Amino acid sequence: MTVIDETAGALAPAAPAAPLLDVRDLHVEFRTRDGVAKAVNGVNYSVNAGETLAVLGESGSGKSVTAQAIMGILDMPPGRITSGEILFHGKDMLTMSGEERRKIRGRKIAMIFQDALSALNPVLSVGYQLGEMFRVHQGMSRKQAKLKAIELMDRVRIPAAKERVNDYPHQFSGGMRQRIMIAMALALEPDLIIADEPTTALDVTVQAQVMDLLAELQREFTMGLILITHDLGVVADVADKIAVMYAGRIVETAPVHEIYRRPAHPYTKGLLQSIPRLDRKGQELYAIKGLPPNLTRIPSGCAFNPRCPMAQDVCRTDVPVLHQVGPGRGSACHFWKETLGD
Amino acid sequence: MTDSPITAQGPAAPAAAPQGEPILQVRNLVKHFPLTQGILFKKQIGAVKAVDGVSFDLYRGETLGIVGESGCGKSTVAKLLMNLEQATSGEVFYKGQDITRLSGRALKAVRRNIQMVFQDPYTSLNPRMTVGDIIGEPFDIHPEAAPKGDRRRRVRELLDVVGLNPEYINRYPHQFSGGQRQRIGIARGLALNPEIIICDEPVSALDVSVQAQVVNLMEKLQDEFGLSYVFIAHDLSIVRHISDRVGVMYLGRIAEIGSDAEIYEHPTHPYTQALLSAVPVPDPEAREHRERIILSGDVPSPANPPSGCRFRTRCWKAQDRCATETPLLAIPERFADSGTLAAHESACHFAEAVSY
Amino acid sequence: MPDMTDSQSLVDAVPTTAAGPVDPSQQREKARSLWSDAWHDLSRKPLFYISALVIVFLVVIAIWPSLIASGDPLACDLSKSQMGPTSGHPFGFDTQGCDVYTRVVYGARASVSVGMFSTLGVTVLGSLLGGLAGYFGGWWDAILSRISDIFFGIPILLGGVVFLSVIKGGSVTTVSLFMILLGWPQIARIARGAVITAKQQDYVQAARALGAGHTRLMLRHIAPNALAPVIVVATIALGTYISLEATLSYLGVGLKPPAVSWGIDISAASEQINNAPHMLLWPAGALSVTVLAFILLGDAVRDALDPKLR
Repeated sequence: MTVIDETAGALAPAAPAAPLLDVRDLHVEFRTRDGVAKAVNGVNYSVNAGETLAVLGESGSGKSVTAQAIMGILDMPPGRITSGEILFHGKDMLTMSGEERRKIRGRKIAMIFQDALSALNPVLSVGYQLGEMFRVHQGMSRKQAKLKAIELMDRVRIPAAKERVNDYPHQFSGGMRQRIMIAMALALEPDLIIADEPTTALDVTVQAQVMDLLAELQREFTMGLILITHDLGVVADVADKIAVMYAGRIVETAPVHEIYRRPAHPYTKGLLQSIPRLDRKGQELYAIKGLPPNLTRIPSGCAFNPRCPMAQDVCRTDVPVLHQVGPGRGSACHFWKETLGD
Repeated sequence: MTDSPITAQGPAAPAAAPQGEPILQVRNLVKHFPLTQGILFKKQIGAVKAVDGVSFDLYRGETLGIVGESGCGKSTVAKLLMNLEQATSGEVFYKGQDITRLSGRALKAVRRNIQMVFQDPYTSLNPRMTVGDIIGEPFDIHPEAAPKGDRRRRVRELLDVVGLNPEYINRYPHQFSGGQRQRIGIARGLALNPEIIICDEPVSALDVSVQAQVVNLMEKLQDEFGLSYVFIAHDLSIVRHISDRVGVMYLGRIAEIGSDAEIYEHPTHPYTQALLSAVPVPDPEAREHRERIILSGDVPSPANPPSGCRFRTRCWKAQDRCATETPLLAIPERFADSGTLAAHESACHFAEAVSY
Repeated sequence: MPDMTDSQSLVDAVPTTAAGPVDPSQQREKARSLWSDAWHDLSRKPLFYISALVIVFLVVIAIWPSLIASGDPLACDLSKSQMGPTSGHPFGFDTQGCDVYTRVVYGARASVSVGMFSTLGVTVLGSLLGGLAGYFGGWWDAILSRISDIFFGIPILLGGVVFLSVIKGGSVTTVSLFMILLGWPQIARIARGAVITAKQQDYVQAARALGAGHTRLMLRHIAPNALAPVIVVATIALGTYISLEATLSYLGVGLKPPAVSWGIDISAASEQINNAPHMLLWPAGALSVTVLAFILLGDAVRDALDPKLR
């Protein structure tokens, strides 16, 4: 059993070059009515150019909070980054000046939200909002910016872009709005895109279109992509590697192919087992017992221990570190060998 | 973990042969929401055709799954079955009696036998009432269902049945998690010992790890109380797991209906085929050799649906005939005598068997 | 409405609720309702205590002014006209030679009663009409909304001058009645909106599905959930009515002498502002403090009752 250095992480890139984004030991807290909620408790992950990292977790796992911290759009207060580093191109964004940070946001790192309707300004036309990026960041004229907006809308395959450039967000369907969000994120050709549940609000048939588009554009621009989701299916479709989060920690990291075949953490295993399967029809679904923890009262030791079928005394006292369990694979479980084994 | 729920080649489940008399018969159910203009003198300028001629049967003890995307009208069907919306036309027969035109005492009596579980566990429980009051309310409304002195005990029993601590009786909904609230909603639905429960997306608002718990609970209760479910959802794999038969809805109509194996393994309607192929499969091995049908465009507005076949605007098989002639929901002639799983009702002129 | 909530799905917890649901089994504290939550919130706000204290004090002296003022507000001695403060008369005397302190204390009664009666009437009438309009909708709602629009169109001050000078009333009752007449649409609008919002909630649908009748739906499910915004607006409106009463009395169409009211005294004092500023200072100060107290209370109540701000 090898205990690896925390900052190196099991997600250390194969390439020797510094990763595009490197989150190190990030901690975020929220002050709430019921006490301090520890939303993120020492998250490490990295993304390289052209790579897709899926961050998988349930509500309250800290997956979105981590993304907000990276983007610098965390509500502070009540939120507070208590420690950690977020290195972008090797530079810590948390110690940068506000001015430097603003230059990165939108230009170098862009974000796509789940709810495109509320992320777009309802009283401005789509063309104006797309063009604004070019006017503000690149000082283009109104006319040039509009032409660029049409070009972008074409690029994300919005039909009749020329005619629709002056339409307002509510005149577009959910899938089209999400395309507009993608166009906005792509406008300044960022190095990294963070997509927070980009297709969750969309219908299945539209989901597939949007996810395909996102993956294709990512390849074309060799961007890094952090895909935040709760859907194991979406992850399997597009991700290169995956980080599973639970109660503010990463409990398992792996290249996407391996985690589905042989999960190394009981939580991941439970999630995979609870997917309804054809050969188990008529039988009870496997269900992880209990509830996700209250973040103001995270269980001691391994946060998953009250729900874990393998929990022993050591799980209630010692927080498991992310053990290296294979090439590029990590599991924060005291019994990862047993989990992998059977 | 290599087989995925949808692409796996499991043994074909025997087509669930519906047994006995249907407990609920839905015939040509229509719901149009008028679009009006004007403030005092309203003028109808059109209608949202949310449900436009839906027919199906529900048999005793079975689960009928209804899947479809947003705007297909599946939630409106739930409201119509519950008589929470007045049907524009069509009938819902419960034990031979049309319940869509009932009101007053007769409707109240039917309500004892048909109950509902709602999608959103956060808005379906009154925040100003305690759990005991919420689960006990059915008894206040139907005093004949439980003698007054017995109600408290019944409420505790119900909490126990759905897997909650009976001591929680005096707590308020906001003190519970989503999964627990959904259990409270289920307990309320069970209180009157109904025969049918209409479930409108009962697990889609829950965390992934909690969904399985609630699905298991619902299956357990079905066995225990002999319930019939209409299970409405957009998650195809959960619907497949829980349903005996499945209906696929598109723009207010049923596109295809049959046993779960018929629909999932031998869909004949192009929409069903596209829907099944678009579902993300939790299996990274499948992504290279999976054939996906990516539909173009979005679902048209139900206020202005396409003529003929509703799906024709997104269908790769569409021909002139699809615009002029509405396909009927029936077993396609070419499969009628084939004896295969493709022989089930499908509303397509060009129904074609594909097996998964 | 077509089903628009179909595609709703898991949403990662928003930061403010990141604490997630509380597992009741771990929770030792007593069961809390939203009302007790609101109270818990209020009880930690110093502004709430200050404004509540001022209001309680005002109500007490409105009922028993003799508790702190032994004199008679109408016992005046012209020889003391506009005299400054003397021993036993800390606020001095007005033009008629009446004790300003006694008059300010007695003036609270007019203000508080007009404020209370108006608010009570407006709230009952407004929430009843607005609530029923919101609940039943249709024609009833359309007609009621138009009527309330008409009342909204009447400028309250101008309306007051015309109305009160025509009926030549000058009592607490007539002034309050006038305010109820013009004030109810404000509450009706709020109540209508709140009822419509509550009506669309799933728990109301769930109760309907159980077979609940109109009375149960309205009293048990809708009213308790629609009450909060009405209470907030009513509390803030109370302050407005008090200042409106003073304004109307100042203009000579509200309460009339020999009634004692801050508005009447301010009106009398305003002509003598250069000779005897103390005559203006005290009643005007009392009025401002009172109005402020109600507005602050309304603010605190709104913060406590609006879960979105939590």
